[in-house]
Amino acid sequence: MARNPVTWLGSPTFPKAAKIALADTQLRQNLRKATGTIRGRRAAAVAEMTDWEQLRVAGEQIKDDVLSRLDTLLLQLEESVTARGGVVHWARDAAEANRIVLDLCRAENASEVVKVKSMATAEIGLNEALEAGGVHAIETDLAELIVQLGDDRPSHILVPAIHRNRSEIREIFQRRMGVEVSDEPADLAEAARVYLRQKFLTTKVAVSGANFAVADTGSIVVLESEGNGRMCLTLPDTLITVMGIEKLVPTWQDLEVFLQLLPRSSTAERMNPYTSVWTGVTPGDGPQKFHLVLIDNGRTATLTDSIGRQALRCIRCSACLNVCPVYERTGGQSYGSVYPGPIGAILTPQLVGDMHDPQAASLPYASSLCGACFEVCPVRIDIPSVLTHLRAEVVEAKGRTAESVAMAAAAWIFASASRYEKAQKAGSLARFLARDGRITSLPWPGSKWTSSRDVPAPPAESFRAWWRKNRCQK
Amino acid sequence: MRVKVALFATCLTDTFFPSTARAVVRLLERLGCSVEFPLDQTCCGQMHFNTGYREQSKPLARKYTDVFGGYDFVVAPSGSCAGMVREIHPTLGESPPRTFELAEFLVDVLGVTDVGAWFPHRVTYHPTCHSLRMLGVGDKPLALLRAVKALDLVELPDSTQCCGFGGTFAIKNAETSTAMLADKMRCVLDTGAEVLSAGDNSCLMHIGGGLSRLRTGVRPVHLAEILASTEEDPWRATP
Repeated sequence: MARNPVTWLGSPTFPKAAKIALADTQLRQNLRKATGTIRGRRAAAVAEMTDWEQLRVAGEQIKDDVLSRLDTLLLQLEESVTARGGVVHWARDAAEANRIVLDLCRAENASEVVKVKSMATAEIGLNEALEAGGVHAIETDLAELIVQLGDDRPSHILVPAIHRNRSEIREIFQRRMGVEVSDEPADLAEAARVYLRQKFLTTKVAVSGANFAVADTGSIVVLESEGNGRMCLTLPDTLITVMGIEKLVPTWQDLEVFLQLLPRSSTAERMNPYTSVWTGVTPGDGPQKFHLVLIDNGRTATLTDSIGRQALRCIRCSACLNVCPVYERTGGQSYGSVYPGPIGAILTPQLVGDMHDPQAASLPYASSLCGACFEVCPVRIDIPSVLTHLRAEVVEAKGRTAESVAMAAAAWIFASASRYEKAQKAGSLARFLARDGRITSLPWPGSKWTSSRDVPAPPAESFRAWWRKNRCQK
Repeated sequence: MRVKVALFATCLTDTFFPSTARAVVRLLERLGCSVEFPLDQTCCGQMHFNTGYREQSKPLARKYTDVFGGYDFVVAPSGSCAGMVREIHPTLGESPPRTFELAEFLVDVLGVTDVGAWFPHRVTYHPTCHSLRMLGVGDKPLALLRAVKALDLVELPDSTQCCGFGGTFAIKNAETSTAMLADKMRCVLDTGAEVLSAGDNSCLMHIGGGLSRLRTGVRPVHLAEILASTEEDPWRATP
């Protein structure tokens, strides 16, 4: 089986990658500033809504309904899209999806395509696959363009260049566009606008993702903030949309819920600036050829897991990234995947589908289980519960390790109060390692703790010993 | 009628912080409860469950039900362990007895916020993640602290951010955990408080371990010990 490009080849495990990222002063500063700002703005946008909790429940229920009858809804979508002049393609995995898109580009004799920001195409590594096939993909979302021109990798679902500040962006633009530009946001945006305008007007094929697909009408919905998507979705002759099979909603009316949940959760906007909706092909208006590529790439396997499948409710808002204390410090690239942060920690390993993969297996542990992600998730994905569920899969896949032996021993001790008490007494001898009431150095793996924190000296008398002495009748 | 309470001390507090469990006993008895400590208790299984050893956490959850099943109220000086019992044990097939985190029990069950405490120190309070997000204790601990005589309560900036403990996370992702700890310590130090309080000794051991390493002089003190302290019998730092 070909490896799933949802994780980047050669990525180290999370702790190793995080260690490097944590030492990057500029990255730390950029992330602290950006996530802090967006956290505050989202909280304010959500606080305005009196029915936010009901909306979250509605979002959860609609998505769970979709997942429970995905097979029939997908066939309904195919029928609706086909009836309106679109062509539906089914792709089992990344390689199949990439081959379909490349063939479609070749059929149009396209050597370039313009792209709307899309997680699905990033997940399958479409740009690289097209490039290898002689088709150059041009990212038109400002942040994706920054990542592309910087030969970089994305670090956030919504703001893939969140790890870059404006002076770094200026440097990338000057180097790659050959223009003089200041580091003022307006000037940088103008430089990108000029660079892209020509591409919009001359490129014949566009590739997009989809935020939602409506099964009963066959309508596809894309939300964006810059207007680049609107250009890509209307100007070219051919439009190819690549979409994960879980992006469905049953009916047009269901969009009402998500068009409230998504903008406030992602960009903290009350209403999304550019919402494009199209249904098949409209003669004389917009692209005259429309292809919808439905990708599985690990989703059906994820669906079989009754706890893990809730990750497929995700609408890619990024709210969980912005509130995550781990993400804020390590950045997105440490997760080694286009899906970083808390949602990445549960989605990526499931899409990879192999807990023997050390990198994927390290992701469910990239969390302190603080629960901030669950609190903000607009579709109520209980990320902490999925994390512990996946950790159990990792433990099972790893089999016998030093850790599992230690855990088994601990469980054996805890199973009996008398064994526990004996262990407690033995452990309290560690107080003789202490100086001034603290232990500053322990052997591995305790050294991982004492590298930055002291351990209090264990008391000579445990609580239960005190209770026995003072409260138990002889 | 005296409310009969079973104390679930938690393995960490029993072993490392007996003064907290003694404070709970003292406080609850002062408030008219009768407190029992079933000696057969050990651990709620949280470490095993959260690290991925779900199967090994099951017998511990079972043991908890067996030990505490006969009580109307179980009180734990830990939001994290109370959360494990209330939210996770049912997923392991258990029907645990009603288990409360200390602040919840005082405010919701006993209906008190002024427990008659006296604590003449400048204190800041860290709301621990599981008490906040799993149990939803909200500002009950703060209401209790505000009613403590002579206590100077200062707000902790970015208080709801995790301190970076996360159980085995602190070992498995020690560097990231430490980066989170550094920011938490900065916030604590910014308040000028001499005492850092919380409802979980696990988080206090983490933040306190950092504060101790850097010899900041700030002392971690569990909420129970502040609430147990009175003018007649004030809190004293245990060595």
